[in-house]
Amino acid sequence: SALYSMALQDLSAEYLDESPIEFGQIRVVQSSSAMPSQDSMEPTFSLPIGLPLSSSHSVPLPFPMSHGTTTLAFIFQGGVLAAADTRSSCSGLVACPAAQKILPIHSHLVGTTSGTSADCALWKRILARELRLYQLRHGRRLSTGGAAKLLSHMLQPFKGTELSVGGQQCFGRERSGPSLYYVCSDGTRLKGTLFSVGSGSPYAYSVLDQGVQWGLTVQEAVSIAREAVFRATYRDAYSGNCVDLYHITSKGWTRRNREDLKEEYYREKERQRQKHKA
Amino acid sequence: MEYLIGIQGPDFVLVAADNVAASSIIQMKHDYDKMFKLSEKILLLCVGEAGDTVQFAEYIQKNVQLYKMRNGYELSPAAAANFTRKNLADYLRSRTPYHVNLLLAGYDEADGPGLYYMDYLSALAKAPFAAHGYGAFLTLSILDRYYRPEMHRGGERFILNLPSFNVRLIDREGIHDLEKLTLASFL
Repeated sequence: SALYSMALQDLSAEYLDESPIEFGQIRVVQSSSAMPSQDSMEPTFSLPIGLPLSSSHSVPLPFPMSHGTTTLAFIFQGGVLAAADTRSSCSGLVACPAAQKILPIHSHLVGTTSGTSADCALWKRILARELRLYQLRHGRRLSTGGAAKLLSHMLQPFKGTELSVGGQQCFGRERSGPSLYYVCSDGTRLKGTLFSVGSGSPYAYSVLDQGVQWGLTVQEAVSIAREAVFRATYRDAYSGNCVDLYHITSKGWTRRNREDLKEEYYREKERQRQKHKA
Repeated sequence: MEYLIGIQGPDFVLVAADNVAASSIIQMKHDYDKMFKLSEKILLLCVGEAGDTVQFAEYIQKNVQLYKMRNGYELSPAAAANFTRKNLADYLRSRTPYHVNLLLAGYDEADGPGLYYMDYLSALAKAPFAAHGYGAFLTLSILDRYYRPEMHRGGERFILNLPSFNVRLIDREGIHDLEKLTLASFL
């Protein structure tokens, strides 16, 4: 931003001192990687923040709605399925309608992200690097539990800073079977069979709790995951646009084509209209 | 709210912890184990802030095991409790205090069963019965009224709103898993 404004000044003195466009974040966030202490950092906005700027103060939120996203993952007989929306929001503004919230780490490990996009992307890359180093040093891949523990320990020094990472890691391998871990920047690390993270997670949970069981076929699982993300994007303002689906089996991950949920919404409206007509 | 309870009998300690791992209003797991095995006859039960519990408990767990490897014999429950307290106290006034509430339960060949209550300000107390959490308000008064040091291993009833509990018993032979208590088993 400073460079940009300097360039502007060189061209003409009538232009603004600073660029009015700030991509992604409302305010520049100080890098927290070198300084875990809170003393010098004033509270800054990073995407997304706890309370949206435009909300009315008379109605308090039921719980702090950070992590403006909907991601989910569950284990079933056909492996692990991970799904996420693609809206990158920035306190009331859609910064990017086509973000990627599920990042593959290696051929058999996939991580979903929620919270600050930049933090998640960075830490996933760091995790990928560390896992590759482990594989080269020890000749075998680290298990999901180990990868989750590694990520959890790497994030631990930043506890209490503005870092916000919430992710699930899904792994499908023949020897130990599929596994799913939830890792959060506050230090939580949980092993489970069904997780959903983000502001849209309560809506996704209700759909998933109804339908997910071990014996689902791949088709059924995909449709439930899609439905859960769709319902969450319908209700949650900070989730939306498209849905990404990754299916992980012992042979690796496969990605379904990104699907625009706008079409699904119109199909649903059409169905309701037909029902009312009949 | 998370809940821990411990009761000391003449030759055993009974401990129970709820099974919920929650994140604000969402229950992320309902079969989460909050007990950490420090050695064959010592259990550490840990509740508190999300990452701190596991981080601190595993640190204590690994150090107790390291002591055994270095010296060939295990720490006694009293020594383990004081070691834990010292660590908690050292971190208390640092930049990264651990916000955890603990119960440490163990059986010592020489001293018999022992139950230690520790809170996040690293206050340590050896007690015949102890509890953490909102449920503690309800159960401590019951225990005050009905506890007798020569209690035998009967059943205990808890008035709580949590769905299920892990229950373990430590005695001369070691740590035994008792039946997992659910709400249905009381109805």
